[in-house]
Amino acid sequence: MSIAAKTVSGVGFDLGRVRADFPILEQRVHGKSLVYLDNAATSQKPRAVIETISRYYEETNSNVHRAVHHLSEQATNEYEAARKTAKEFLNAADWKEIIFVRGTTEGINLVAQSYGRASVNAGDEVLITVMEHHSNIVPWQILCSERGATLRAAPINDAGELDMDAFSRLLGPKTKLVAVTHVSNALGTINPVQRIVEMAHSWNVPVLVDGAQAVPHLKADVQALDCDFYTFSGHKVYGPTGIGILYGKAALLEKMPPYQGGGDMIMSVTLEKTVYNRLPYKFEAGTPDIAGVIGLGAALEYVSSLGIENVGPHESALLAYATRAVSAIPDLRVIGTAKEKAGVLSFTLGNIHPHDIGTILDQEGIAIRTGHHCSQPVMQHFGVEATARASFALYNTKEEVDRLVRGIERVREVFA
Amino acid sequence: MSSDLRDLYQEVILEHSKAPRNYRESPAANRKAEGFNPLCGDRFTIYLTMDGDSIRDVSFQGSGCAISKASASMMTQSMKGKSAAQAAKLFDSFHRLVTGLGQSNGDAELGKLTVFSGVSQFPARVKCATLAWHALQAALEGKQETTTE
Repeated sequence: MSIAAKTVSGVGFDLGRVRADFPILEQRVHGKSLVYLDNAATSQKPRAVIETISRYYEETNSNVHRAVHHLSEQATNEYEAARKTAKEFLNAADWKEIIFVRGTTEGINLVAQSYGRASVNAGDEVLITVMEHHSNIVPWQILCSERGATLRAAPINDAGELDMDAFSRLLGPKTKLVAVTHVSNALGTINPVQRIVEMAHSWNVPVLVDGAQAVPHLKADVQALDCDFYTFSGHKVYGPTGIGILYGKAALLEKMPPYQGGGDMIMSVTLEKTVYNRLPYKFEAGTPDIAGVIGLGAALEYVSSLGIENVGPHESALLAYATRAVSAIPDLRVIGTAKEKAGVLSFTLGNIHPHDIGTILDQEGIAIRTGHHCSQPVMQHFGVEATARASFALYNTKEEVDRLVRGIERVREVFA
Repeated sequence: MSSDLRDLYQEVILEHSKAPRNYRESPAANRKAEGFNPLCGDRFTIYLTMDGDSIRDVSFQGSGCAISKASASMMTQSMKGKSAAQAAKLFDSFHRLVTGLGQSNGDAELGKLTVFSGVSQFPARVKCATLAWHALQAALEGKQETTTE
């Protein structure tokens, strides 16, 4: 079938051309054309990103912020240009507020270890939600157990939406930090982050937003959200693995102690005393993933060139189409039915285990994720061990959703 | 359906996954061990009743995919009356089967368990096929939680 040649009416970009930008999508798996629906785990990379990275290694490779020679200057310029791209992407007020980290997980750990250890004390509370990814739970558990503080989690309802009344009741004078996901990786729920930030700020509590699942689908404007920290991973937004962004308000970052010590994060070192570098370098110890940063810059430019205002509606339309289509399948239960959703369709199918669903779909060339999605508290809430999860990206098509639906029918035949 | 898939989900396997044998708690068990796969959340408890060095009864409970459940079910059937050493040897042979290493001369008789040979074409599913076996081995070695009569 010629998925690549087709465009979907109403899409604000040329879907056929966009698909041609992603070389991996031409692949065949088990003799079938690949249908890649595991984008919430990691997205595929456009040629622009792949070529930017190889060009960097072929033409520019050098260390940054170090030497006076030509290559180093060029590498530094490209590295810092990517920071400006990220600043625009998040609409941050200042490029100094953009810190390169390995990914969302490191961004959260940085805030927990730097801001958290300096601000959270015995008897204090950190507030998260039940729908967090393990990476937005465990760093806070480590912090709280170290500081004698308590970790609280706001509950969700049966649609997978945050219970805002409960959240409001859990906020209080003991709360020192709120950490909440923008979009749930297991359910697709979009949280009302702006409202959450308003509520937390009324108690003078800063808010960290886990944007890993949000930035591929919707505009994350940190000034409009007024959040204090926002972090995401490059690889989920068409960039390379191992690189991500932590945004923090300059006033907070200035006050925070360094996360790691090493090169680049210092102004001057004697054996007695070190003067730390200014922002953002204070938080970028050691030689960074230079190629990754430049590749991430290329990915963010790619998304911006299509326009997130075009990408979002295309994906929402796909999600709505897929949700309607699978809802007609007997015994299929959609997990996560929030009114505001992005990118993710989690489901169970009668008594058929998600792993068996995943294996059978794989034989049809369809890649989905099965398991607990690093969100075991969510699984417990819905009383399931695991789900099957199809997740969408800007290059997916309705024809691929149709293949998924036929694949699920095949699963039912095997287990009939 | 592809032939690989038909080999994996053989009728016998599907049938055992839908109606697992010896799927019960055993109050008389003198050993118990849990097999847990933290990656996928599959979890089985194995109840083992030893009579001296001989396995009098094995039963299990828990949740998992079709492969892990059918494997647990058929394992319990093949273990009764075996000594700990024979059980270990059977696991070794089963492991060779599902990882595609083939059989060696000294192998235990796998009998019906050969229906799991298709697993070797699906490396990601080997851990499903062997989960209950690892738990049984732990129970035989008294490694996990042990109950007394």
